[in-house]
Amino acid sequence: MDIKNKISNIVPNAEFKEQGDLIAVVPADSLHKVAEALRYDKEDAMDYLREIVGMDWGETLGALYYLESTTSHNRIVLRTETSDRENPMLPSVSDLWKTAIIKEREAFDFFGIKFIGNPDMRRLFLREDWVGFPMRKDYDLKSNELNMSNEVNADTTEEYSLNPDGTLSCKHNVVFNPEDFVVNIGPQHPSTHGALRLRTALDGETVKKVDPVCGYIHRGIEKMNESLTYPQTLALTDRLDYLSAHQSRHALCMCIEKAAGIEISERAQYIRTIMDELQRIDSHLLFYSCLVLDMGGFTPFFYGFREREMVLDIFEETTGGRLIQNYNMIGGVQADLHPDFQKKVKEFIKHMRGIIHEYHEIFTGNVIATTRLKGVGVLSREDAISYATTGGTGRASGWSNDVRKHHPYAMYDKVDFKEIVYTEGDSFARYMVRMDEIMESMHIIEQLIDNIPEGEYRVKTKPIIRIPEGNYSASVESSRGEFGVFLESHGDKSPYRLHYRSTGLPLVHALDSVCRGEKLADLIAIGASMDFVIPDIDR
Amino acid sequence: MNTSFLDYYSIQPVTNWIHETLCSVMPEALAIFIECVVIGVIVVALYAVLAIVLIYMERKVCAAFQCRIGPNRVGGKGGLLQVPADVLKILTKEIIRLKNSDNFLYDLAPYLVILASILTFSCLPWNKGAQILDMNIGVLFVLAASSIGVVGILLAGWSSNNKYTMIGAVRSGAMIISYELSMGITVLAMVVLSETASISGIVEAQANGWNIFKGHIPAILAFVVFLIAGNAEANRGPFDLAEAEQELTAGYHTEYSGLHFGFFYLAEYLNLFITAGIASTLFLGGWMPFHIAGLDAFNNIMDYIPGVGWFFIKTFFVVWLLMWIKWTFPRLRIDQILTFEWKYLMPTSLLILVLMVVLKVFGLVF
Repeated sequence: MDIKNKISNIVPNAEFKEQGDLIAVVPADSLHKVAEALRYDKEDAMDYLREIVGMDWGETLGALYYLESTTSHNRIVLRTETSDRENPMLPSVSDLWKTAIIKEREAFDFFGIKFIGNPDMRRLFLREDWVGFPMRKDYDLKSNELNMSNEVNADTTEEYSLNPDGTLSCKHNVVFNPEDFVVNIGPQHPSTHGALRLRTALDGETVKKVDPVCGYIHRGIEKMNESLTYPQTLALTDRLDYLSAHQSRHALCMCIEKAAGIEISERAQYIRTIMDELQRIDSHLLFYSCLVLDMGGFTPFFYGFREREMVLDIFEETTGGRLIQNYNMIGGVQADLHPDFQKKVKEFIKHMRGIIHEYHEIFTGNVIATTRLKGVGVLSREDAISYATTGGTGRASGWSNDVRKHHPYAMYDKVDFKEIVYTEGDSFARYMVRMDEIMESMHIIEQLIDNIPEGEYRVKTKPIIRIPEGNYSASVESSRGEFGVFLESHGDKSPYRLHYRSTGLPLVHALDSVCRGEKLADLIAIGASMDFVIPDIDR
Repeated sequence: MNTSFLDYYSIQPVTNWIHETLCSVMPEALAIFIECVVIGVIVVALYAVLAIVLIYMERKVCAAFQCRIGPNRVGGKGGLLQVPADVLKILTKEIIRLKNSDNFLYDLAPYLVILASILTFSCLPWNKGAQILDMNIGVLFVLAASSIGVVGILLAGWSSNNKYTMIGAVRSGAMIISYELSMGITVLAMVVLSETASISGIVEAQANGWNIFKGHIPAILAFVVFLIAGNAEANRGPFDLAEAEQELTAGYHTEYSGLHFGFFYLAEYLNLFITAGIASTLFLGGWMPFHIAGLDAFNNIMDYIPGVGWFFIKTFFVVWLLMWIKWTFPRLRIDQILTFEWKYLMPTSLLILVLMVVLKVFGLVF
C-alpha cells in the first residue's frame, strides 16, 4: 500500500507536499497516532527516526520528523505544527523511538516546544538559566547578558503531561539521588575526545548511570546559516565533524545542487568519492589510535598516526588543507587534483595493505585487548535502531544502515564494495567494523583511481544561488554514521532553516544504556569504540 | 668451581681501610656517624642520578618502540640534557596548596612514598661488601619496607579530596596489597632454594650458578611470576590503572604539583629499578659474574667486569624487559587484575613454592 494512502487512512485531512521531499502534514493531535501506525506497520515499519527538525514558520512552531524503514529504506517526512507561540506543545514520540528523547530536547532547547510525555525536558546545549529560545525567528540576540557564573546542573528532569482540562502539569524525574557518588568526567578530560561532559554515577567501579551534558563548544552554526548565502554556509560544515569534513560538505553540496538543479561533472563525482573514502580511512585510523590510547596502549597509537600522516599529505597536496580541507564546492570541487595524486594514493594503498597486519598483531589479537572489548558494552540491534546509532556502531549490532548501499550517491552505485556488518554489538565488533571498513574503502578507491574521467572539475555556478521554495534533504555515510542535511528554503539567497543530522548525538545518548553495569574503565573504552566527535554533536 | 674471584670482587678491604683510618684520627662513634652521613648522601645522590638515567632510558626505549626518535634537541645529539632540564623545571615549580584538603596528610604522602622507595633501594646488593642495609632477614625487610609506599598512595588519594584521586588510590591499594602475596611467595621459594633470607647470603649462594639455572623449572616460573607481581607493585603498565591517565587524568597524584609530584614520579621510576634489582638479585645472581662451568678462559674474561657492573647490566636488562611490556600492552581493568591475581597468579606461586620445597628436599636442584 502506498504510504500516502496509509497516512490518509489514519488522518483523512492530512495534506501532502512534494516540493523536494515528500512531506505529510499532520495535525498535532493525530501525530502520535500516525507515528505509531507507521512505526509498527506490518509491511514496512518506519522504525528508524532519522531526525526531528524543530521549525519556526513565523505564525506557527512545529517540527519535521524524518522517518525511514530499515527494511525497504523508504523515507517519509511528517510535519506538524502548533499555533500557540506562548506555550507551544506537541505530543512526544519518545515512546516509539528512544532517539526522540534527545532530539526533542534539542527542539525544546532551541524553539521552546514542550513535548508532552518526554521524560527528559531539560535544555540540551544551552545553560539551564538561558533566557529565550534562540532558533526562533523573533529571538532577541541581546536577551542574554554574558554570564560568568558557574552553571549548576539540576539533578531532576521535567516531564510534562496534559491534564484533561487542558492545563499542563509537570512531574520531576530524578537523574541522580543525593546519595549517588557522581563523578564528573569532562568537559576537560583526556578521553572524552573533545569538550563533552559525562556525569557518571558510580557504585564502586561500576557505572550506575551516565548523563551526558552537551553544549560546551556549541557555536550556533545552524543559526548562523540563516544569515549566510548558500556558498558561505559550506565553510561551516568542515567544522562540524572534523574527521568527516569531506563527507559533511559533500552532503551539503549535494543537497544544494539537488535543490538548485545543478548537474555536476563525472570527474567531480569521482573526486568526491575518492576523497570521501580517503577521509574515512583517515578517520578510522584515528579511531584506532584513540581507542588503543584510551585503553592505555601508547605504542599502537603511533601506528595509526604514522599512516594517517600519509593521507593528510595527500589531502594537503590537492586541497591545501590537512584537517579542514574546504574542498567541495557547489557544482564540483575547489581545485583539480594534484598531478601526483593518483601515484600517491596508490602508493599509500600498497603501503597500508602491507602494514595493516602490524595493527592487528599488536592490538587485535592481544589477550588484554580482547578481554576488555569482547562482550563489553553490548548494544542490541533493536536498541541500535531505536537510538538511531548509525554508522559503524549500528552495523556492529547487525543493523545494515550504510547510506552508500541503500541510498547511493556520487559513484557508490558503480563500485563494488561490501557493507561490513557484525552481529555481536559489543565493543570488539564496533572496533572490527572500522578496521574492516579501512580495507573496504581502499577497495573502493582502487576501482576508481585509475578511471577518473577527464573533464571539468567544477561547473560554473552563479555567485548568488537561489533555491526554489521547498524542503530538501541529502544524506551521506560519513565516517561515523549517517550525516544528513535538512534544508528548508523560502526562495531566498540564504536558507530559511538549515539543519544537520549529528552522527554523534545518538551515540552519546545511547552511552547511558550501553554502559550501565559496566566498569568505569569500560565507559572510556566503550566511548572510544562508539567513536563520537564532539563538534558534530554541539554544532 | 673456582670461587677465588669472590675475594677479588670484594670491596670490604677498602671500606675497612677507610673505617680504620677514620678511627685513628677520631673516636669510633664519630667515625661511624660520619660514615653514615656520607653513605646517606651517596644513596640519595645515586637515587636521583638513577632516576634521571631511567627517565632518559624510558623515553628512548619507548620512542624506539613507537617509531619515534625521542628527545634529541636539548644537550647535543641524543638529547642528553633533556631530563636534567625537566628535573630543574620541576624543582622550580610552585607547590600548589589545595582548599578543603587535609594539608598534613597531603604533605606527608609523597614523603612516605619516597621513604619506602629509598629504604628498599638501600637494600640492593651493589657489590660484594657494598650492601648498605644487610641483615639476616633482608628479603623480608625489603617486602615490609616496600609496603609502606601503599600507605603514601592511599593517603595521597584520600587527602586530595578529589573523586578521581580517591578512585585511583583505592585501585592502587587493592592491587598492590594483592600482588604483594604473589611476590612474597615467590621470594620465599627463592629463600628455600638459597637456604638463607639475607640478601648478601642469597647472592653468595649463587657463586656456583645463578638461581634461575639452579632452580630450573620452578625458578623460571617464579621469575615470571615475580616480574608480573613486581610490575604491578611498581604501578606500571599494563597495571598502571591507579594513574590510568585516560580514566582518572592522573589517578592518586592528580592534585600534586612541583616537587611533591616529582617525588611520586621519582619513586615510580626507582620502584621499577628496585623491582628489577631485586629480581636480578634473587634470580640472576646479583653482582655475580656470568660463568660457564669448565670454560675458564671465558670465566676469566668475565671477571674483568666489576661486580657493580654486573649488577647494573642485569638490572637494566630486567628494566628493559619491563619497559618492553609496558609499551606493548594495553591497560587491564581493575576486576581483571584482581581476578588474575587471586585466581591464577597466587595459586601458581603457591604451587611453585611447594614444587621448590619438594625439589630441594629430594635434592633435585643443582
